[in-house]
Amino acid sequence: MTRTGPSRKRESVIDENLRRVYDEALEEGVPDRFTDLLKALKEQDQAKGTQK
Amino acid sequence: MSSPDPRDELVEHLPAMRAFAISLTRNGATADDMVQDTVVKAWTNIDKFEQGTNMRAWLFTILRNTYYSSRRKARREVADVDGVHTDALAEKPAHDGRLQMTDFRDAFAQLSDEQREALLLVGASGFSYEDAAEMCGVAVGTIKSRTNRARQRLAELMHLDDDDRLELTDEATLSVLSASKAASF
Repeated sequence: MTRTGPSRKRESVIDENLRRVYDEALEEGVPDRFTDLLKALKEQDQAKGTQK
Repeated sequence: MSSPDPRDELVEHLPAMRAFAISLTRNGATADDMVQDTVVKAWTNIDKFEQGTNMRAWLFTILRNTYYSSRRKARREVADVDGVHTDALAEKPAHDGRLQMTDFRDAFAQLSDEQREALLLVGASGFSYEDAAEMCGVAVGTIKSRTNRARQRLAELMHLDDDDRLELTDEATLSVLSASKAASF
């Protein structure tokens, strides 16, 4: 699809903001509940004896 | 030690999963619940993951499916809490571009989930249109039109079309574009 000058500029403003919103969430870091969850899932499997 | 367990990779994708979930739902608590469900589903269904394929795409697919099924459920339940997370984020210290970003967040919140999702996958997470289409279970053209319409709507809401940005119009580029358009007929 062809784009004219102003619409390309418009897109770059939008994409820049979009990435900023996303990156901000990305940089928030991961709460402990997720590493705890992974640990619990792993332990559950080990208890079931499925671990190699 | 046998071949590496793909489940060990899950942890590397957590930040991206959260970023996608938070941006899509604009609500931190909802997003974290979604990510938690996704991690459990991915863990227990890891045999369905095809080794060597894009794990992030696989996880995002589970994540979005989780979101849409919980949304269907939530619609039958209570009032929405949209904007809570947006407001919290807007309180961060101001710097250049912050005002525009607040405008952006407000506008972004007014898109449909499907439009927000398409923009996030293609514009922020770096997936191809083809990957995004597969993840959403729609045609590539559908993803393209969703992102186009989303950008158009954002531009309207942010009033990007009616100010001095139009000065940047490049006459030469425009004439080339219209010439090539004419040639294609």
